[in-house]
Amino acid sequence: MKKTVFLGALTVAGLAAGAAAAGTLDDVKARGKLNCGVTTGLVGFAAPNANGEWEGFDVAVCRAVAAAVLGDSTAVEFVPTTGKTRFTALASGEIDLLARNTTWTFSRDVDLKFEFVGVNYYDGQGFMVPKELGVSSAKELDGATVCIQTGTTTELNLADFFRSNNISYEPVPIETNAEAQQQYLAGSCDVYTTDASGLAATRATFDDPSGHVILPEIISKEPLGPLVRHGDHEWGDVVRWSLMALIAAEELGITSANISEMAAGTDNPEINRLLGSEGTLGEMLGLEADWAQKAVAAGGNYGEIFAKNIGEDTPVGLARGLNAQWTEGGLLYAPPFR
Amino acid sequence: MSDTHAQTVAFVRETQIPPAPPPASETGVVKWLRENLFSNAANSALTIAALAVIYMVLQNTLPWILNGVWTTSSLAECREILQGKTGACFSVLTERWNQLLYGFKYPSDAYWRPNLALVLLLFAAAPVLFFDLPRKLLIFTAIYPFLAFWLIWGGTLMVPVVALLGFAAAAAVFQTFSKSSFAIAFFGAIAAAFAVWILGGLLIPEGASENAWLAPVPSRDLGGFMLNLMLGVTCVSLSLPLGIALALGRQSDMPLIKWMCVIFIEFVRGVPLITLLFVASVMLAYFFPPESTVDLFLRVVIMITMFSAAYIAEVIRGGLAALPKGQYEAADSLGLDYAQAMRLIILPQALKISIPGIVNVAVGLFKDTTLVSVISMFDLVGMIRGPILASTEWNGVYWELLGFAALLFFVVCYGISQYSQWLERRLATDHR
Repeated sequence: MKKTVFLGALTVAGLAAGAAAAGTLDDVKARGKLNCGVTTGLVGFAAPNANGEWEGFDVAVCRAVAAAVLGDSTAVEFVPTTGKTRFTALASGEIDLLARNTTWTFSRDVDLKFEFVGVNYYDGQGFMVPKELGVSSAKELDGATVCIQTGTTTELNLADFFRSNNISYEPVPIETNAEAQQQYLAGSCDVYTTDASGLAATRATFDDPSGHVILPEIISKEPLGPLVRHGDHEWGDVVRWSLMALIAAEELGITSANISEMAAGTDNPEINRLLGSEGTLGEMLGLEADWAQKAVAAGGNYGEIFAKNIGEDTPVGLARGLNAQWTEGGLLYAPPFR
Repeated sequence: MSDTHAQTVAFVRETQIPPAPPPASETGVVKWLRENLFSNAANSALTIAALAVIYMVLQNTLPWILNGVWTTSSLAECREILQGKTGACFSVLTERWNQLLYGFKYPSDAYWRPNLALVLLLFAAAPVLFFDLPRKLLIFTAIYPFLAFWLIWGGTLMVPVVALLGFAAAAAVFQTFSKSSFAIAFFGAIAAAFAVWILGGLLIPEGASENAWLAPVPSRDLGGFMLNLMLGVTCVSLSLPLGIALALGRQSDMPLIKWMCVIFIEFVRGVPLITLLFVASVMLAYFFPPESTVDLFLRVVIMITMFSAAYIAEVIRGGLAALPKGQYEAADSLGLDYAQAMRLIILPQALKISIPGIVNVAVGLFKDTTLVSVISMFDLVGMIRGPILASTEWNGVYWELLGFAALLFFVVCYGISQYSQWLERRLATDHR
């Protein structure tokens, strides 16, 4: 706090920005805190609760990384970012890691100079209609009025979908999800379209959720994942493999309930390598041997995190779908820990 | 001659007849109604239409408010209790009131600190707003900013004390030299202030804030309506003197000062506030090294102050332009120098004319502080749009939350507007 408003303003000018850029991993360890960018609030993915503690699916990724690096899942400084400030916050070094339901696209990865370390949620754009409309497929939506958030990729996807199916629609442009809910319920549009997870979360808040259906068509690919700055590969590896550890833990049957007994050593060498009782995987990453054990213990494996924040027993009520393990017909596939 | 005497007349009235009551249509409520609501056919029709509208509004809102649920812990429970009846879910306010007022990270055992700062603000503002009060109270007003900083941000007392000493040193130097040369006094004051701040900064021991009596609270943890009030009060009180200086500078005969002021005002007025806020939050981070950024709150205060100062300068320029040229000439003919003429003759009149405009800018500025929610600061609106609506318990509660926000802002803005009307009456000297 020595850097106060007055003195801080004076000192900044003198300090050169050219200090040698140490690796992010060392910075985080020296600071003792992970600066993690999250959304300012999205149901199920990231939001502070009544006590002001952050909770959610994206938040769990931050906590797992903090646990792996620092051994403490609470050593996270959550930096809320909006859709407009998220990329500059990461590029300028204000945050070490952005876990903010951000779609992995070519231009963000290549042109904006970021590194997507994996996918923690496979999303896609869907449609929601009132049940009384009697529509069972998006292809029957000829001439419908569609509520759509402006300035997003969903707007472009929608135009593509209707054009390629040669049917017409009338867009009702809106600014935020909250506005969209009101417009849709007031009947200003027949259809509301956004990411399927968002549709499910929105429907869960309705007075009568059963009066609305989410159509089976998913018209876009929206792989959401955490990302880091381009060029710092050691740090990118740490984040990537922390995420993979959560996914692999589910595949291997490691849960927060049985992790301490499994960490003592099992018959399965892959579990032993992951949890650090065999091999030197932690050392290769520049972390403790029990890094993955701590990451999983922070909030459970991928399946537990999913069930707790956005799964079918929560108000958001999402099915695993594409986000099931590859052994169960989903897309989650962690490379081998070896 | 005449036999008619009073005594001979059969009856002469000796007392006055008591006045008859006016016709029912010319008295009391009926008269008021006739005159004000039903004076002619068109007015009657409008009255009936207005009554119908009021009835319809109340019919819809009253059950909603009176049926309101105050004690549940989520929207789903509210709906369960209401069973499909109309009714508000005010429980979100009872559960999250502290987040709405203070933000979600301000430590809850320290809520007394901003509360105390707010109460002290009333005492500090009183001598400025009501000039019938004794002038000695202004001493507290001068100390207040440093006291409030210490209360809200906590940390070591040394920081505000050093800052205060810097200003005191600057004032002392200015007083000493202002008789001989304005330039020496002005630049000497700036140098003295910086010298005190730098020396004082070195004296504060490293880590003094860690175990200070008031636990330090970083700016990022401020939020809620408290943040709106802090931004509003700070920026209005900073932009008023800056705006006066800019307005005078724009009228100056010195081309350098004049053009600097003109360019500043026209540039800032030509740029949307939200652009300036984005520059404050996003672009500045590129220019400063990551470890030593200027506090986000300070950056936002600077930008909003610049913005409103430009508007206030234009309002005051209007006031200056409205004064007859004779007032300037009268001041000159009395032998007053520039500072005296402005302080004693021109500005008191120009500012009085500008009051409605200044208040208009102040109210607008206060409401504009909600724009900081776009740069992910959790002010009142940011709290509602972000964390509260994104929680699984309260997603879908809109009217209650935004109505509460509107109520808070209305109370403050209506207060400001009432004060300005009082001030105009108090300063009215033209006996119209």
